Amino acid sequence: MGFLQELKALFPPGRLLTREAELAPYESDALTAYRRRPLAVVLPERKEEVVEAVRLCHRYGVPFVARGSGTSLSGGSLPVEGGLVLALNRMNRILRLDPKARIAVVEPGVVNLEVSRQAAPFGLYYAPDPSSQPVSTLGGNVAFNSGGAHCLKYGMTAGHVLALEVVTPQGEVVRLGGEGLEGAGPDLHGFFVGTEGLLGVALEITLRLLPKPEAYHTLLAAYGSLEAAGNAVSQVIRSGLLPGAMEIMDRLAIEAAEAAVKAGYPQAEALLIVELEGPKEEVAEEAKLLSEVIRESGALEVRIAQSEAERQAIWKGRKAAFSAVGRLSPDYLVQDGVVPRSRLAEALREIGRLSQAFGLRVANVFHAGDGNLHPLVLYDGKKPGELERAEALAGEILRLCVRLGGSLTGEHGIGVEKKGYMPEMFAPGDLEAMERVKEALDPQGLANRGKVLPEEVYA
Amino acid sequence: MPEVRASSLEEVQNAVRAHPRLRPKGGGSKPALSTPKEGEVLLDLSGLRGILEYTPEEFVFTAYAGTPLMEIEAALRAHGQYLPFHPPLVGQGATLGGTVAAGLSGPMRERFGGLRDFILGVRFVDGEGRLVRGGGKVVKNAAGFPFHRLMVGSLGAFGVMVELSFKVFPYPRATRTLRTGYGTLEEALSALERLRGLPLDLLALDLIPPATLEIRLGGFPGSLEGRLRRLQELLGREGEVLLEDEAHWEGVRDLSFLEGSPIWAKVPSRLDLIPILEGLPLGPRRYMAGGELLYAGLEPEGLHALRRAGIPHLVLKGAEEALFPPPPEAFFRKVKQALDPRGRFPLG
Ligand SMILES: Cc1cc2nc3c(=O)[nH]c(=O)nc-3n(C[C@H](O)[C@H](O)[C@H](O)COP(=O)(O)OP(=O)(O)OC[C@H]3O[C@@H](n4cnc5c(N)ncnc54)[C@H](O)[C@@H]3O)c2cc1C
Ligand SMILES: Cc1cc2nc3c(=O)[nH]c(=O)nc-3n(C[C@H](O)[C@H](O)[C@H](O)COP(=O)(O)OP(=O)(O)OC[C@H]3O[C@@H](n4cnc5c(N)ncnc54)[C@H](O)[C@@H]3O)c2cc1C
Repeated sequence: MGFLQELKALFPPGRLLTREAELAPYESDALTAYRRRPLAVVLPERKEEVVEAVRLCHRYGVPFVARGSGTSLSGGSLPVEGGLVLALNRMNRILRLDPKARIAVVEPGVVNLEVSRQAAPFGLYYAPDPSSQPVSTLGGNVAFNSGGAHCLKYGMTAGHVLALEVVTPQGEVVRLGGEGLEGAGPDLHGFFVGTEGLLGVALEITLRLLPKPEAYHTLLAAYGSLEAAGNAVSQVIRSGLLPGAMEIMDRLAIEAAEAAVKAGYPQAEALLIVELEGPKEEVAEEAKLLSEVIRESGALEVRIAQSEAERQAIWKGRKAAFSAVGRLSPDYLVQDGVVPRSRLAEALREIGRLSQAFGLRVANVFHAGDGNLHPLVLYDGKKPGELERAEALAGEILRLCVRLGGSLTGEHGIGVEKKGYMPEMFAPGDLEAMERVKEALDPQGLANRGKVLPEEVYA
Repeated sequence: MPEVRASSLEEVQNAVRAHPRLRPKGGGSKPALSTPKEGEVLLDLSGLRGILEYTPEEFVFTAYAGTPLMEIEAALRAHGQYLPFHPPLVGQGATLGGTVAAGLSGPMRERFGGLRDFILGVRFVDGEGRLVRGGGKVVKNAAGFPFHRLMVGSLGAFGVMVELSFKVFPYPRATRTLRTGYGTLEEALSALERLRGLPLDLLALDLIPPATLEIRLGGFPGSLEGRLRRLQELLGREGEVLLEDEAHWEGVRDLSFLEGSPIWAKVPSRLDLIPILEGLPLGPRRYMAGGELLYAGLEPEGLHALRRAGIPHLVLKGAEEALFPPPPEAFFRKVKQALDPRGRFPLG
């Protein structure tokens, strides 16, 4: 029997896709500039089916890619030509939600937001909040160590995963971690998080849940320059406050958001959103200090949400910014490099200069609290050469982030998109160590082949 | 016992290349982990010390792995900051590298998370003497394999850590501790369970058997009294309030309650495990972080009881085998082979 015949024996019709029209939706992820035709897609419903499929791949030397919702923006879930796609959306059961232990045990295809929804009646929630949380899966979040607006205070996915059941590329099933916050011995589940599916497929994920904050204080401040907004962030940190979120939008992003959702934002060069959260007495005290800091930071206008509705209104524009930028330009590329917070102003100035030099507009929306930039490079794919120019500009921004002491990616992963830039951030020895680990666990290079590790080292 | 000292990256690399089996030692505060076994050369890293970078405004610092935590905490304190996972044994000379390798957090881990939530990056020398970097020096980063997280609790199995980067936070401006006793363990456990589920932002939440809770609050002086009163109302009792609680908690995090016990162990615990653990012949002990982290002082029979019951733990002081159970073979062994193919390091 061949590979496909054996797959057929494992997956009933309808859960093994091989026809061209069926495969088309799986040819790319949210980074649609890259497309590859897989040999087949399977839709497992139980972990045993994933394990069997991985074992078949191992036996026949067929590369495979695990896929959640395909919202990766870096080509992380791009299929391998002629390989298998394990589409895990149907493995979407929350297996256990234990409010007393403050944990949830989930299948990898569970959507991020669903965990918080199910935990809400118990006053608990799942903290990592990528903006794709209404669609992205926990398997994808684990692979990319995803984060959101609240990373500074609460950390990324890695801190919230307590245990993993994983099938290795050689088909062995292992349990890493435990059900509590603490462990004894190497933090292997912590290591698995962020390896972008190169070391195996997560079959079951144990998450820590947190009590939902009691009170919020959300402030919107307008500034005459991006730099002034950036400086305000530093002043907030210096004052000893630890906000749950600090986000900045530039003029282009503000205009886009206004056009799209009419958030009623003040017109300014830059907007800063700061959100405090915690026990009500504490938030009230912190809010006093925050007002002082913001007053001294030269804000042109300050608004404070007086109700949950007003709070949501402030966030609405911020959350719409990305999609809204689509109104200003037929196409855009988004990067998510990180710089040390104290170098934000410098980074933004340089991005402005690059934007002029390349003749392309760049809108900026970013997690200012963690120095995580989200420059959106606007271009028109129908104009010859513009995509290439946009990619070149985006590449310069990545180099800039590394040069300033930061990182190529804060949350979207390396995928195929940024692997060429890995040598900018890591020395050959660092990359070789990654490659050796990959080889030890996956000698045939089957799991998500061609991602993360740059060609010259990976060859 | 053969011993080499390394005070620089190059010296670490030379030592690794020169000796077939090595056991790194930082401050030696966890002798069960840092005392060489038969055939091992002791690699003393106490000279590899000093803070390399610290920008308070970034909430980030980078230091050599052999730096005593006391030195790091003093530098942070000067800027009103701290390591929120509250590493233990600081008073005994614990170093940054040793704390990471042992994977230890202290009572204040309750508020923002443990060591694993605050480590950002590492440079280490692998089993072939090669320098490897993982992670970075910014508070958010998702690039490349996270070798820094692999180091947490690794007991030095994958390499000798040379340099580490951490996230830090502002230290609360004021703190208060409420101590309250219950009639039975069950009553104390049910109060503990209730507190865990509420958004009270407790700095520490400890259970001291048989039935006492110690709850630490931190924040702005102006809000603290109100929060304390609310806590007392919630629990329906006044308790005993420690206004000057700093020295008390320093004693706790240095595990002073274990003094006099021959064996010190860290036991990852859970609410549902506590009644089982309480049935074993364990010595002086304290459950931290809402009951999820037990440090216990044991006699040999207590250790045997833990092993017989199949409860995972790490021995910090005393006893032969430090780690129970050994790490899961299928995944661990391969990562180990990749980084330490000759088995120079512990857990070989
Ligand atoms: C509108 C939008 C907003 C976004 N906002 C954010 C954000 O705020 N923060 C952020 O971090 N990201 C963000 N992203 C990126 C993306 O949503 C995240 O990376 C997300 O974690 C991907 O989840 P997914 O289920 O779509 O995974 P996919 O795209 O299907 O896969 C992503 C990677 O995970 C691997 N993978 C999937 N499941 C498994 C598994 N079970 N085991 C092993 N590997 C697996 C895949 O092979 C691939 O490498 C955004 C994307 C979009 C489109
Ligand atoms: C290429 C592309 C085109 C899209 N076009 C449209 C459209 O025309 N209309 C529409 O309704 N929706 C579109 N979407 C989806 C849209 O972006 C999301 O529905 C919406 O922006 C959700 O973002 P949020 O509110 O959660 O993000 P925010 O809270 O604003 O985002 C903060 C975080 O979001 C991430 N992020 C959010 N959106 C994106 C994004 N699009 N690309 C990269 N990172 C992102 C960042 O990682 C950042 O961390 C598009 C998505 C992509 C990837």
